[in-house]
Amino acid sequence: MSSKKKQGFEAIATEADPRGFEGHSINQSLSSEEKIGFYREMVRIRRFEERSLRAYQQGKIGGFLHLYIGQESVAVGSLSVCGENDHVITAYRDHGHALASGMNMNECMAEMFGKHTGCSKGKGGSMHFFAPEKNYWGGHGIVAGQTPLGLGLAYALKYKGIKGAALCYMGDGAVNQGVFHESLNLASLFELPVVYIIENNGYSMGTSLQRSSAYTESLGKRAEAYNIEWETVQGHLIYEVRAKVNEAIQRAHESSKPTILEIITYRYRGHSIADANADKYRTKEEVKEYQEKKDPINVWRNLLLEDKVLTEEQAKEIDKQARAEADASADFADQSPYPPTESIIEDVYWTHDNPGKHDNEGRIFFNDDWGPQA
Amino acid sequence: MREITYREALREALSEEIERDENVVILGEEVAQYNGAYKVTQGLWEKYGDKRVVDTPISEAGFIGMGIGASMLGIRPVMELMFWSFAYVAWDQILNNAAMVRYMSGGQINCPIVIRGPANGGTNVGATHSHTPENFIANTAGLKVVCPATAYDAKGLMKAAIRDNDPVYVMENTLLYGMKGDVPEEDYVIPIGKADIKREGTDLSIICHGRAVLTSLKAAEELEAKHGIHAEVLDLRSIRPLDEQAIIESVRKTNRALLVEENKPFAGVGAQIAHLIQWNCFDYLDAPIARVSAIDAPAIYSKPLEDFQLPTPERVLEAALKLCQ
Ligand SMILES: Cc1ncc(C[n+]2csc(CCOP(=O)(O)OP(=O)(O)O)c2C)c(N)n1
Ligand SMILES: [Mg+2]
Repeated sequence: MSSKKKQGFEAIATEADPRGFEGHSINQSLSSEEKIGFYREMVRIRRFEERSLRAYQQGKIGGFLHLYIGQESVAVGSLSVCGENDHVITAYRDHGHALASGMNMNECMAEMFGKHTGCSKGKGGSMHFFAPEKNYWGGHGIVAGQTPLGLGLAYALKYKGIKGAALCYMGDGAVNQGVFHESLNLASLFELPVVYIIENNGYSMGTSLQRSSAYTESLGKRAEAYNIEWETVQGHLIYEVRAKVNEAIQRAHESSKPTILEIITYRYRGHSIADANADKYRTKEEVKEYQEKKDPINVWRNLLLEDKVLTEEQAKEIDKQARAEADASADFADQSPYPPTESIIEDVYWTHDNPGKHDNEGRIFFNDDWGPQA
Repeated sequence: MREITYREALREALSEEIERDENVVILGEEVAQYNGAYKVTQGLWEKYGDKRVVDTPISEAGFIGMGIGASMLGIRPVMELMFWSFAYVAWDQILNNAAMVRYMSGGQINCPIVIRGPANGGTNVGATHSHTPENFIANTAGLKVVCPATAYDAKGLMKAAIRDNDPVYVMENTLLYGMKGDVPEEDYVIPIGKADIKREGTDLSIICHGRAVLTSLKAAEELEAKHGIHAEVLDLRSIRPLDEQAIIESVRKTNRALLVEENKPFAGVGAQIAHLIQWNCFDYLDAPIARVSAIDAPAIYSKPLEDFQLPTPERVLEAALKLCQ
């Protein structure tokens, strides 16, 4: 055995059986339709993002574009066990969670194009997708800034006596933010039904886990300092993700207790598309090895093929449909109008948007040359 | 009408809103069992219990962020900051999440949160505990900020803040907590964004907020008694939204403006108001616009100097006399 300390993903990757949790109660009763559905969801996310990458390269999308490619099974698996009172909030790498929450490609693609038909009317961009009516609370750009918000969703559920959970996703870099630790302490102290899901993809931007965390054997273990239950999850395995996320959600529902799940996963692309060092902090071989052995879509497809739940033709058809849907969303985004100039000052204040429904007075916007004047 | 303290007025507002709306919950350090560091929440925990009045650990970023998240799902948290000076450890939650979530979601999410607590110097506790961040807050579109100076305003604005569907930050003042004022028994709300003429006058407009209102009123008395100058004292009450019309009307009447605040001068509230006045009242001004602010250094500890560092009636008087020469 080499004495060289393992670096990057190599250090956290372990072998696991794709069928390890097949017999778990949450997986036993899955219909073929549902299993194919997970496959379709993952493929949709990937094709959507690949299409968005092309749009970015064509200059249609600006700013940052953080692709989720490689991690799809985490969002799809975990969201597949959520019920109507379970809520979701995540960071800026948010396309997968958005689509898996039921948002459609059009509103997401148009948002990235900065169009008025986007989910946030072009005001949020790639990092800030929202669909509260689908229990999807964003899309947050500040590393770990969403962690107390997720706690607040859980607080509200408990306060209202609703049996639900808040799933709050973050990266392996976010665990080193103070506000996350404050949130953990509060979650445990107040016994809140929150599930913190650390999507450990081995890197925060160009910094490997080994260079950012003092204790690298496990990030989930930090839970112990706060008296919180935790688990490590092999993120490329849908059955396992579903089983462990479901247990955490049950803990939230039944005993109003938090959980930390560290889900091991991997991203194939650079941190964002504008990542100049994308090839420098890890080797091509590392990426290739993961893609060959653990690509979540391949692993799931092979399993379904083996079980004869899915045929090659069906898989191809699903892929074709996803590409067509993604292309159509890009066309939709392209043809959609930009938001009107007046909309810059809409959606800032509820009161400004709802004249006659409140008794606020005075001036709320302060440009001399533009906007409402005194 | 009965007289109660500013502190009692705030407490009544909190209590009445807890009773009015089951989604109102008070959270903060020492607000429940300790009865509040400054006793604003005294008796509320005993009366309303663990669900409605909640002690938090010293985790401003964590619990304020939690309040913001809860407000997105329809809770109306009233978060106490023991001092607004401690807001900076939660700045990302206060300025980024609360202010931006409505915008970035295209208007899909509201954040009906109140953050309240004292924001003042003058208490001999040194620079870290003497911040007045109303100008920072007002600089952020998406937020509202009010600075009540009297018991009546404190109650009416607190109730309005709790009922508002946007984030409203209430800047109180430890030096005002014990001040008494007339407060009616019956329910009332002061519209956010409405200034109040605390003293009518014709020769000069003193425009101010927070404790600077009381300082200005003292100076105005002197001006009249000793110099025969009738100063109008306009209390802004709310910084954003801002009652620009009241400012314009007053200055067009008196033709002179003196801006008084306990904030620092650079990009302080007065800087914005000076701009609004010159823009709207250019032809009405008989003198340049003058400002009296806290002296531009970190808040000093040493008591006599601290008292001088904040606007005093003497400094206001002097500035007013210069304007009226
Ligand atoms: C407070 C803050 N600091 C820095 C950044 C810039 N930044 C954005 S993402 C990121 C890396 C975070 O990595 P991780 O948490 O592992 O999530 P991943 O990108 O791998 O999904 C950095 C440094 C930020 N957005 N917010
Ligand atoms: Mg990462």
